[in-house]
Order: sequence, then C-alpha cells, then structure tokens
Amino acid sequence: MKPLVDIQNLVKYFDLGGNLRVHAVDDISLSINPREIVGLVGESGSGKSTLGKTLLGLHDKTDGRVYYDGQMLPQRYQARDFRAMAPKMQMIFQDPYSSLNPRMTVGEIVGEGLRLRPELSANEVQDRVAYWLKLVGLSPEHRSRYPHEFSGGQRQRIGIARALILQPEFVVCDEPISALDVSVQAQVVNLLGELTEELGLTLLFIAHDLSMVRYISARMAVMYLGGLVEIGTSSEVFFDPKHPYTQTLISSNPEADPIHERNRQSTTIQGEIPSPVNVPAGCRFANRCPQAMPRCSTTTPALKPVPTASKDLQSQQLVACHLYD
Amino acid sequence: MSEPLLQVENLHVDFQTYGGVVQAVRGVSFDVIAGQTLAIVGESGCGKSVTVQSLMGLIPMPPGRIHQGSARLRGQDILVSKMIAGQDIRGSQISMIFQDPMTSLNPTMNVGSQIAETLEVHRGYSKSEAFARAIELLDMSKIPEAAKRAKQYPFEFSGGMLQRAMIAMAIACEPAILVADEPTTALDVTIQAQILDLLSDLQKETGMAIILITHDLGVVARMADEVMVMYAGQVVEKGSADDIFYRSGHPYTQGLRQAMPTNNKSTEAERTLESIDGSPPDLFNPPRGCAYHPRCPYSMQVCAKQVPSASKLGPSHQTQCWLHHDMAGPLPDGLVSVDGAAR
Ligand SMILES: Nc1ncnc2c1ncn2[C@@H]1O[C@H](COP(=O)(O)OP(=O)(O)O)[C@@H](O)[C@H]1O
Ligand SMILES: Nc1ncnc2c1ncn2[C@@H]1O[C@H](COP(=O)(O)OP(=O)(O)O)[C@@H](O)[C@H]1O
Ligand code: SF4
Ligand code: SF4
Ligand SMILES: [Mg+2]
Ligand SMILES: [Mg+2]
Repeated sequence: MKPLVDIQNLVKYFDLGGNLRVHAVDDISLSINPREIVGLVGESGSGKSTLGKTLLGLHDKTDGRVYYDGQMLPQRYQARDFRAMAPKMQMIFQDPYSSLNPRMTVGEIVGEGLRLRPELSANEVQDRVAYWLKLVGLSPEHRSRYPHEFSGGQRQRIGIARALILQPEFVVCDEPISALDVSVQAQVVNLLGELTEELGLTLLFIAHDLSMVRYISARMAVMYLGGLVEIGTSSEVFFDPKHPYTQTLISSNPEADPIHERNRQSTTIQGEIPSPVNVPAGCRFANRCPQAMPRCSTTTPALKPVPTASKDLQSQQLVACHLYD
Repeated sequence: MSEPLLQVENLHVDFQTYGGVVQAVRGVSFDVIAGQTLAIVGESGCGKSVTVQSLMGLIPMPPGRIHQGSARLRGQDILVSKMIAGQDIRGSQISMIFQDPMTSLNPTMNVGSQIAETLEVHRGYSKSEAFARAIELLDMSKIPEAAKRAKQYPFEFSGGMLQRAMIAMAIACEPAILVADEPTTALDVTIQAQILDLLSDLQKETGMAIILITHDLGVVARMADEVMVMYAGQVVEKGSADDIFYRSGHPYTQGLRQAMPTNNKSTEAERTLESIDGSPPDLFNPPRGCAYHPRCPYSMQVCAKQVPSASKLGPSHQTQCWLHHDMAGPLPDGLVSVDGAAR
C-alpha cells in the first residue's frame, strides 16, 4: 500500500544558543497508511508533539523529508503552503482550555478554517458549523457562546469540530484526552473512532494513556528522547514489547484489575528521562537500561525488524536495540 | 477488623458564591483503618478534594462552611478542634500531598531546611538535628545523594524528584494518615509507578494510613484496600477494592469501569468503551432523588423522586441505589446484589 504520510529521517533540533541544542526529533522514519490509526507514546519531553507539529509545518524541518500522498512537503512552510495543506492535514491539541481563543464565539472558532474556502457563502459557512457542532455532539445553538461556558469534554469537541470542518484526510491528535475525566475520555475516543470510520480519516494519535492508545490504534510507535525505539501492531507492542524501554513502560501501566495488580512484580526503572540537550552517543536509553552492554554506549542501534524464526518471514515489529542485532 | 483510626460521619460542606450555594459535599461518611489505603474516586467536581480539605482545615471560610458532620481521629473531632494534646493535627497527625508539589514547597528555601522547619515546629527538634533528619527523610523517599540534594532549591529538582521531596516533607512527623490528592496525575507512567511504589513502601515501613484521591481506576486497583465512589457530593458505593472492581453494585461504578479499556489478550473481540453520557450535575441544584438518575441507564420512576436508601451488599460493601431495593426485581447484567454472586 502507498503510505499517505511518509516520514523519512526527520530531524528537528531547537538551538538554544551557546552550543546548546535540543534533539527533540532525531532521525525518525515512519509511514502511515491511508485510513490507519497510529498511536504514539513516550514520556513527556520525548518529542511527540514536536514530531506532530513538524509534520504539519508548524516547525521548520532541521533535516529529513515528509511526503504526503507522494508529494514532498516543504522544509519551511510559507503562508501559501499552509493554505494548501491545511484542508488536508490538521491537528487537535491537548489542552481544551488554552487552545481555544477565549474572545471568539464557538461558531467563529469552528468556522475559522472555512475562510480558506472563499467560494462558500456566509449562510453555507453557518450551515457547516451547525452540522459539525451536531456531529461532535454539541448543538447548533452553542454557536454564539464562548469557550469558557463549556466543560473540558465539550471544549475538546469544539477543538475536534474545528480541526475536522475542512474535512482533512490526516489529523494529528496531540493528547486529545489527557485533560479529561475517564467517562469523557471514552466519549471523545468513541467519537474520534466513529468519525475516522465515517470520513475515512488517517490519525496519528499521541497520548500517554497506554491502554487507550492500544484500544484506538492499529499500530503503536514508542518514542524515547527524540528517537523511535519500537513500532508494531498495538497488540505486538503492548503484549510482547521487545525494547527494554517499551517493556518498562508497559509494565508501569496500572491495570484496572486488583488481582492483576497484586500479582504484578515491581519492574520500575530508576531515574528519569535525561535532558535532550546535547544527547550522548550510543543508545539513548543506556543510562537507565537494566540490560545495557558496552556497545550500547558507543553505537546507536538502528530501528530494524525483530528477528523471526524463519528467514522468509519479516516481522512488522521494528525495534532499535542491540539485544536484537 | 480493627477499630477505625478516623471516622467521618455525615459531612456536609457548602460554598456561598455569587451564583448561589454550591453543595459540594452532601452527607459523606467513611472510615479510615490504620495501615490501609482508602481510595476516593469519581469524576471532577464530585467533591473529592473538598472532602479531604475539610479534614485538613483547608476549606476557605468564608465562602466555605462545614455545616454538619464530624471527623473523629482516635475519638477526637478534628473538625472542631485543630489541636490534639497541644499539637496542631495538620502536619503532625495528618499531612497532605498534592498534584503540584509547589503547592507545599517554598521556592526560595532549600529543600532540606523546609523539611527541617516542619520538624522544628511540630517536634521541637534543634536546627541541626532537624536538618540531619531531613536528609534521612529524603533518603527514605529514594532521592539519590540526599545530603547534597537537601541543600538544593526546588527549581533544581525534576518533577518526579519534587514529588519525592514533598512526600519526604509530608512524612516528616510520622503522620498517622497521609492524604494524597491526585499525587501522580501529572506524571508519566514510569515516574507514577516509582511514586506509587514509594508510597506503598513507606506505608509498610511506617504503618500510616493513606487516603488517595485519583480518577485513574488503574491506580485504584494498584493501591487501594478500600474504595469509596463519589458522585455529586455523595458516596454512592463503598467497599473493598475487589468489591468495587469485581462485584460493583452501583450503575455509576459500573459506568466508570466500562469507560476504560481493559487489556485482556485473551478476549479477541474488543469490548467497545461505554461512555457515560452527559456530565455530573452542577451542585447549586443537585437533582432530586438519586443524583445519578439523569445519566443512569437503569433509571426508574422512583429514582427521580426519592433518595435511594443504603443497601448492604457485604461486610464492608454498601451502595445507594434503588435497584437493590427488595421490590426492584432482577438486577441488570453485571451488577451484583450479594457478594460472590458474580464475576
Ligand atoms: N519551541 C521549542 N524550543 C525549544 N525547545 C523545545 C521547543 N518545543 C519543544 N522543545 C523541547 O523539545 C523536547 C521535546 O518536546 P515535546 O515535543 O513537547 O515532547 P512531548 O510532546 O513528547 O512531551 C523537550 O525537551 C522540549 O523541552
Ligand atoms: N473555594 C471554593 N469556592 C466555591 N466552590 C468550590 C470551592 N472549592 C470547591 N468548590 C466546588 O465544590 C465542588 C466540589 O469540588 P472538588 O471537591 O474540588 O471536586 P473534585 O476534587 O471531586 O474534582 C465543585 O463544584 C467545586 O466547584
Ligand atoms: S541498545 Fe542496549 S542500552 Fe539500549 S535498550 Fe538495547 S540493551 Fe538497552
Ligand atoms: S437509584 Fe436509580 S437512577 Fe440512581 S443509580 Fe440506582 S437505578 Fe440509577
Ligand atoms: Mg506533548
Ligand atoms: Mg479534586
């Protein structure tokens, strides 16, 4: 299948001056097929949002390429690039509180993107806004109200309507449920699932709730300190993680099942994610990895298929770790 | 079961606001047992924080008012008197940790001295004794190089380390009860696991009770002995962790559980998430009858009229729902009437 989004060796550094350089996204390759939901997990600071924003041209690319439907996207977006790509690629942001302009009405917020469609009359714009508000479970009467009059879950719905009104094909959902109560998370996840099905959307779904990511995504990618350390189907990655970091992450995930929790062995790793400023050579997980070997601190492991029993079978699960060399 | 350390009875708290009176907590009762963890769960706004803030003397009055109820710590009502045997209860008998460590830490003072100060105030330690003990406490909270860290300021600590420092400060006076309000909500899962392990270890070492507020049922399953489910300022169900997860009797508890994905490899066909429609009621005007009735899939006529009475489902398991009334007929799928009846 031809990927819809094809990311090749994408790099995004932030220069802080004085030789300090944040390796936010460092040589990531990932392709996303049409109508696929790929989940992206990893500790905060691992570069998930930066990857999402760089894909959409919200950051200039330091290096590497992104192809959309076969077409290479510019390294640095100009206004016309946003105009061209916004109807195709959109983003839903984490914070339903700060990502909506408090001085705009809900109707203005949701309809804003339609300015890119000057052929629509004012009435048509109104109709579409009403249609989308209904589709995300709000009511057309909410048009004239302001964001502060809504709950977190409702604001997230407003953010979803705003992103989807242009009927994009690809949406980066950056922690769309993290700020919400469990009951509301289920509402938003179900809504995204239904809309994806109905509209044929392709999603990059960033979240730190591993169970939710497994639930919604077909494939799951794991980031650590700017790099992709593992990717595979959600059940491969969740139930049979290969990378020591993924293993730690999955085993840290508390399950809503007391018997399971009582039988859990404590496998917490020590320490915290190091600073992405001027990262050391070798595997970035080496200083916390219980299985680190000498070569781990000198040679960076490449992301490659997990070895399989038979030579003819190539696994779709990829891992970046010397244990599988 | 041993005598409860803390007995909260019929607690009512409200807030006078310009929009009217917010009835934040409406008749909450629960016990806390020494050495055990009680988890309080429920959606935001249902009164979890206000409940524990009342115990900590943290309700701003006005606008707040505790207008009914008692909370007896080893028999003494701590809502009435703030002191037991000449000691401020807060900080010495009960202490609290928060989601944001900077709620309890002072940014302009080194971490060791802040902990030491608690010991000087509550325990009469000398300055040097107190600082030495502060280092021990940081070490107990698994902060590496505690002696060096004690001399550093909060801004020099990472998020996980700040959480540990706050815990060290909270346990300084060996409280009988540690109240933790969403302590790991802002943390990554790996750091969350470290902090939860730390709390369990400290509980084993010191025998303190923990009241843990969280909206994450995974965290509840990992930590809780007893669980109390709150909705609209009231307790709708309480019981052991197993009661709540395997034998829940209240539709709201069931709703919360079904809203979360389960990670069961063996169930091939994925269960779809059942969301709870709508949102919790505003507490200016809580619904009549059962507060959950506008959202409850099993709501009956009586539910909108009369407050359900409490039904005892097991030794420490009880719920407030009309479905458990003798006259209500068979229970819907998944809800359990008597302990052990279903899994
Ligand atoms: N605009 C920026 N300028 C400098 N550093 C940034 C900027 N945006 C993100 N970073 C840094 O890049 C790293 C990755 O951040 P981010 O992509 O937000 O991670 P995540 O979304 O996984 O939490 C972090 O160290 C962050 O501090
Ligand atoms: N200081 C206050 N003034 C007015 N209302 C308050 C105050 N503190 C809490 N409330 C209200 O009390 C109710 C319960 O709040 P809270 O206990 O914080 O909920 P939870 O912790 O379960 O999310 C909410 O409706 C909240 O708005
Ligand atoms: S490459 Fe080495 S240090 Fe990195 S995860 Fe694998 S074993 Fe651990
Ligand atoms: S009392 Fe009625 S409305 Fe309330 S939870 Fe029970 S069945 Fe539902
Ligand atoms: Mg982010
Ligand atoms: Mg709260």
